Amino acid sequence: MHVFPYLVAVWIFLTGCYGLATSRNLIHAVGCLAVVQSSTYVLLLAVGYRDGGTAPVFSDLKPGARPLVDPVVQALALTDVVVGATVTALLLALVLQIAKRHGTVDPDELTELRG
Amino acid sequence: MSRFFRLRVLAFGGAGLAALLVAACFDLPGFGGGSHPYGDRAVRASLARRTANVISSVNFDQRAYDTLGEMSILFAAVLGCVVLLRQNRDEHRDRPEPTEVALPVRRYALLVLPVALVTGLYVIAHGQLSPGGGFQGGVVAATALHLLYLGADYGALERVRPIGVFEVTDSLAACSYLVLGLAGVLAGTAFLANTLLPYGTFNTLSSGGTVPLLNAAIGMEVASAVVVLLARFLDQAVEIEEEKGS
Repeated sequence: MHVFPYLVAVWIFLTGCYGLATSRNLIHAVGCLAVVQSSTYVLLLAVGYRDGGTAPVFSDLKPGARPLVDPVVQALALTDVVVGATVTALLLALVLQIAKRHGTVDPDELTELRG
Repeated sequence: MSRFFRLRVLAFGGAGLAALLVAACFDLPGFGGGSHPYGDRAVRASLARRTANVISSVNFDQRAYDTLGEMSILFAAVLGCVVLLRQNRDEHRDRPEPTEVALPVRRYALLVLPVALVTGLYVIAHGQLSPGGGFQGGVVAATALHLLYLGADYGALERVRPIGVFEVTDSLAACSYLVLGLAGVLAGTAFLANTLLPYGTFNTLSSGGTVPLLNAAIGMEVASAVVVLLARFLDQAVEIEEEKGS
């Protein structure tokens, strides 16, 4: 059982990749990218977990009283969330422009170049 | 390439990737294990600098330089959205019609708006003490403003949200993060090194040296960035219409 959370992250990653590759709608593809990214949250938090650990915040906890989960990966997950949200916004803006210019959001129909 | 052939390539590549990833998982340190050398050191460094929230200490003190990069990504993404979602030549702006809002929705939204706004500011201000910080609180504060769109209408939201002001605030916040970093250089230490200000008393609002200041700069940046982003998307949905017959 000790690798189960890592396998969950792998499963989420592959599910998102499958969705990205078979997507027929660009908005759906952006959603799939968010799924791929959420697998990294699971992986990061799983790597940082410690049995019986609590949040590394000392506002109501005496230092040394309990084991703490790894704060470094939590900070990385926070970075990940922020970057993920902004990239999603940027991609959706691109999709909006594509829909306006080409009148479709199906990646298979976007074959020709247009100025 | 036919769809069927593409799926087979995907299945082949996916199977290979899955096998490699699963093999890698079995080589990772076991889940819930006790060995976290970087985590232990980060906690010690955070306690030495009297920052109660270790994650804030990692973000705004030990990895402050990386947070600068992260903020730049946020800034660049907002800039990209502003450019992409501008009004095109074949489009025009329509004043959105005032709309009727169901009374319970209106009451609830206007009741929750100040609470949500204060909660966002609280989360930003206590970033160095309790869970939260500039990134999280900024998003809460920015979305709180948009309750006005749900509770009243788009015109009301536009009156309390002058986009120009938020765009300038966004840039000012990014600059203030840089200036706080450069202050360290001028004082003879290093860029973004947290050795400039006294560390204060553990678990009080002013503890942690430059952490609360950098945290506030990020809170301001994220709040205005989210407001500008949402404004651009809402403009597209509500105001900007395609010209008839084009």
